Amino acid sequence: MKPFTYERAASPAAAAAAVARTPGAKFVAGGTNLLDLMKLQIETPRHLVDVNRLGLDTIEPTAEGGIRIGALVRNTALAADARVRRDYGVLSRALVSGASGQLRNKATTAGNLLQRTRCPYFYDTNQPCNKRQPGSGCAAIGGFNRNLAILGTSKDCIATHPSDMAVAMRALDATVETVMPNGQTRRIAIADFHRLPGSTPWVETALVAGEMITAVTLPAPVGGTHIYRKVRDRSSYAFATISVAAVLRPTNGTARFAFGGLAHKPWRVEAAETRVDGGAKAIAAAALAGAQTTDQNGFKIPLVERTLASVLAEGAAA
Amino acid sequence: MKFETPAGTNPIDQRRVIGKPTPRIDGPLKVTGTAPYAFERNDVAPGHAYGVIVGSAVAKGRIARIDTADAARAPGVIAIVTHENAGKLGKAKAHTATMLAGPMVEHYDQAVAIVVAETFEQARDAAKRVRVDYARAKGRYDLAAAKAGAPIAPGDKMKTAVGDFARAFAAAPVTVDATYTTPDQSHTMMEPHATIAAWDGDTVTLWTSNQMIAWAVRDMSETLLIPKEKIRVVSPYVGGGFGGKLWVRSDAVMAALAARAAKRPVKVALARAQIMNNTTHRPATIQRIRLGADRTGKITAIAHQTWSGDLPGGGPETAANQTQLLYAGANRLTETRLAVLDLPEANAMRAPGEAPGMMALEVAMDELAEKLGMDPVRLRILNDTQVDPEKPERPFSDRHLVRCLEEGAQRFGWARRSATPGKMRDGRWLVGMGVAAAFRNNMNMKSGARVGVDRKGMVTVATDMTDIGTGSYTIIAQTAAEMMGVPLDKVIVLLGDSRFPESAGSGGQWGGNSSTAGVYAACVDLRRRIAQKLGFDADRATFADGKVSDGGRSVDLAKAAGDDGISGEDTIEFGRLNDDYAQATFGAHFVEAGVDAHTGEIRVRRMSGVYDAGRILNPVSARSQVIGGMSMGIGAALMEDAVVDPRFGYFVNHDLAEYHVPVHLDVPHQEVVFLDTLDDKTSPMKAKGVGELGMCGAAAAVANAVYNACGVRIRDYPLTLDKVLKGLARV
Repeated sequence: MKPFTYERAASPAAAAAAVARTPGAKFVAGGTNLLDLMKLQIETPRHLVDVNRLGLDTIEPTAEGGIRIGALVRNTALAADARVRRDYGVLSRALVSGASGQLRNKATTAGNLLQRTRCPYFYDTNQPCNKRQPGSGCAAIGGFNRNLAILGTSKDCIATHPSDMAVAMRALDATVETVMPNGQTRRIAIADFHRLPGSTPWVETALVAGEMITAVTLPAPVGGTHIYRKVRDRSSYAFATISVAAVLRPTNGTARFAFGGLAHKPWRVEAAETRVDGGAKAIAAAALAGAQTTDQNGFKIPLVERTLASVLAEGAAA
Repeated sequence: MKFETPAGTNPIDQRRVIGKPTPRIDGPLKVTGTAPYAFERNDVAPGHAYGVIVGSAVAKGRIARIDTADAARAPGVIAIVTHENAGKLGKAKAHTATMLAGPMVEHYDQAVAIVVAETFEQARDAAKRVRVDYARAKGRYDLAAAKAGAPIAPGDKMKTAVGDFARAFAAAPVTVDATYTTPDQSHTMMEPHATIAAWDGDTVTLWTSNQMIAWAVRDMSETLLIPKEKIRVVSPYVGGGFGGKLWVRSDAVMAALAARAAKRPVKVALARAQIMNNTTHRPATIQRIRLGADRTGKITAIAHQTWSGDLPGGGPETAANQTQLLYAGANRLTETRLAVLDLPEANAMRAPGEAPGMMALEVAMDELAEKLGMDPVRLRILNDTQVDPEKPERPFSDRHLVRCLEEGAQRFGWARRSATPGKMRDGRWLVGMGVAAAFRNNMNMKSGARVGVDRKGMVTVATDMTDIGTGSYTIIAQTAAEMMGVPLDKVIVLLGDSRFPESAGSGGQWGGNSSTAGVYAACVDLRRRIAQKLGFDADRATFADGKVSDGGRSVDLAKAAGDDGISGEDTIEFGRLNDDYAQATFGAHFVEAGVDAHTGEIRVRRMSGVYDAGRILNPVSARSQVIGGMSMGIGAALMEDAVVDPRFGYFVNHDLAEYHVPVHLDVPHQEVVFLDTLDDKTSPMKAKGVGELGMCGAAAAVANAVYNACGVRIRDYPLTLDKVLKGLARV
C-alpha cells in the first residue's frame, strides 16, 4: 500500500468535486475490494474521499412505483429488504450468492457495481495486464483463462466483471444515478454503465472523472418468477463460472435473461428473449452469438444452455 | 528406552485417561485467542521492527542488478538485506532451493530481498520500491513434456518388481490400463509462515511456526553457518502445517538475517499470495496403473508407474507407495520417476505418496470391479493380504482392512447402490455411491521427553514435540496422567521449544504415537526414580489417585516429590519391528455424491469412514484429524488445483480466492468409526497415526461416487464441472 491522504466528504457533490480536484483520488465506501487492491499496489490512489457518512443508505419508493436504492445501502441490507425480496427476488438471490456474510455487511451498492475483475493476471503485479498497466499486454490470452470472458472480448483483454448483483440489476432494467463534480446529476441505464474492454480495458464504466454514484433505481415491479442461478466450482465463496438472472412470465412483456461470468459487463441480449418458446437452445444461441472461446473456456457455451434449461425447468415447476 | 519387542501389558492398558474422549486442554486458549502464535509474540521481542520479503518476479534466471536506493530512502526503513550484503550463507541439506536467491533465481517468488522498517505498512511500501533487473533463463515447467526420459528417482523402493508382471498382465483375462493425473496442490494452512527473530550477541532465538523443532535448529545452523547451540527455536502453537512447515522456510531465514542487519528483533510473515510460490507444494503426478485379474477377481498382475517433477536435486512424490503393500497379487511392478522442473520446490504435503497415489489406484480398482462385474467392496476384500506382497515372509503387524470395508458398507447402506451408473435420481441431482480403501504407512520416530512432579503433585511434561492443531497437548497430558496416576488437570504440558528434549515432531502421522511413547518412556524413568526414592519395588509400585503404592504402603505423589520435586527423562527408540513387520493404517471410505444433471456441478452428500489405526488415544481429536483428512480429500477430488502457467513458470491462482479448498457447504455430515484394535508392534502405546489416514483414498471414493452417479469417468483431477460436461448426457 502506498501512503495516501484521506478526507471525509460533507455531501455527494462535495465528494465528487474533491475527487475531480485531487490528482489520483478515489472514492472509498465499504473498501472490501479497493483496500485489498491497494495492499497489493494494483490500485495506488494518492487520496481517498470517504463517502461512508453521506447518508445515501436508504431504500425509498419512487414516483414511478419502483425503488431508489441509495449508493451506500449495504449488500446485506439490500438483500434483506422486504420490498426487494417480494418484488425483485432475483436481486436478493443474486446478492446472497455473492461473497461472504462479512463482506456483504460492508460492501455497498455502488461499490459492488464498481468492483474490479478477478483475472489472476490483474492480481499479480509482476505480470502484464492492460487493465492494470495500459499497454503492457494481456497475459490471460494464451494463459490461464478457464474462467474468463467469451463475449465482447478484445485482443487487449478477456476479463470478466465479477458481480452477481449487477447481473440481476441488468435483468431488472436498473438505472444508475450520479452526481458530477459540477453538481449536475445524470441517469445512466445499467446497459450503458459497464463498458466492453475494446482497446481501453482500464476504462470500465461510463463514469467521468469525479462522477459519483448516488443511487440505483429499479422500475416498477414486473412480477413473474425470479431465479438467480450461479454455477461455480465450490458451493460458496466463489465467483461465478457463469450465472443466469431470470425473470420468467413477467406480467407484461417477455421473459428476461441476463448472464454473469461471460463478459466485461453483465450480458443481456434482449432479442434472445423473444425466443423463449424455442427453449434453452434457442435463447442460448441468440444470447451467445459471436462468442469467442479459448481452449479452456469453451465449456461455458454448453454450460449456459444447460443452465438455462435448468432455470426454465425450475421456473415451470414454480 | 529401546522398543524392540512387542509391547506387553503396561499401565497404558488401564485406560483410565487414555482412550477417553477428551476435549483439547489447549481449547480454551485457542477459542479465546490467548494461545500466542509466532506473529503475536510481542511480549518476547519488545521494540521489534517489521520485515517484508520481496519475491522474485521471474521463475528462472539471474539477478542482473538490485537497486535498493529508493527503498532505503522510504520512510521508516531500517535495513535491507539482499544476496549482496547477507554475508556467507550455506544451503541446508533439507532445502532443495535456497531461502535467499542471488545471483541465481531458482523459482518464482523466491526471496530476493527483505526490507525492514518501523511499521509493517512502511516495510510493505518500501518492499515495492526495491527494483530488481533479471536476466531471464528458459525453464522447464510442464510435467507432461518433462516426463519422457525422466529417470527412476533416488531413494529406497523407487523401483520394485516381483514375479513377471508383463507376462501375467498379458495373460490376464480382465485388465485395466489407465493413466491418471493429479495437479500441484498447496497446503493452505490457516496460519501463514511467520517468525520473530532476535539476536543476543551471537545467539539467535526464533519464535516461529514449525512442525519439527530439531530439524529447524539443524537447518538454521546449516544456513546461517553457526553452531546449533547458538540457535533456539520456539514454536508452541502452530496454526496448521500439513507438511509445509516441516522445514524452516524463508520467513525464518530472512527474519534472522534481517534482525542481524537491523540490530533489533524483526517480525516477518509471508503474505498469503506469496506462500504458494515462495514455499513448497505437493507436486503434480502422472500415474499409469495396470491391473490384471482372473475371472474370479483375484489380481494376478499389478503395476503402478508414477512421474512427478522437482527442482534439480529434489525428490519425487512417492505415489506408488501403497501399491507395494495394499493388495495381493503374485506379479508386481512399481516405478517412481522424477523429472526436473523449475517450479517452486516440491515437497511433502499431508500423506505424501499415498494421498495422490490412492487417488489413482483406488479409481483403477473401481474400473477393474466394473469390468469384472463385481462389487468393488468385494473385489477389495478378495484381494486383501496379511503379508507384504513383495516380501511374503514379512507379515503385517495388525491389519483389519476387511473389517473396515464390511462394517463401513453395512453402516453406509452400500447394498442400496446400483452397480449401473446413472440410475439414482433426486430432483435435478444424479446420485451415486463410491467406495475406496484408506491406507497410509505407519512410521515411528525416536522421541524424548522430560517429566517432573513438584511438591504440589503437579506433573509437568516438557518435550520439543509440536501441536499443529492435531491435539498433541491433550494426548501427551493423557499419557502422563495415565502413567503417573493423576487426573488430567494435574498435568502441565510444555511443547515446541528446542531447549526441551528432542521429540519425533509432527509429520508423516508419526507424531501421535511416537511422541506419547517418548512421554511413556520418560514416565517409566520417573516412576522408577520415585519408587527408588521411597524404597519401593519399581516394578511392583502402582501409581493411582495421586498416590504411589507398594504392598501395604502408600505415599502421596506430592509428598514423594518433596520440596525439590523429582523428574525423569528418556527417549523412546525403535528397533526392527517396523522392518520385520509391515506397519500401516487402514480404512474404508464411503461417499454419496450428487451431480447436477444440467450443470455438472458436483456436491458430496454423505461421507463415512471406518478406520483401523491401533489404539485411539483420544477419540475426540482423532475424529477431528480424520474428518479434516476427509475434507481435504473432497478438496483434492473436486477443486484443489495450483495452476501452472507454463510460459512464466509459476502458480497463477496463488490466493485463497482462486485456489479453492472446500468451504463448509462443500462438506456434508461425516461419520467416523474407529475399530477397537491394538497394535503391539508399534510402541508401548499400541497406537498408530491417524493424521493422514482420513485423506488417503477419500478423493478416489468421491471420484467413484461421481462415476456411479453420472457414468462419466474422469481420470484427471480435480473433477470440475467442465470435465463432467464433456461426458454428460443432453438434458
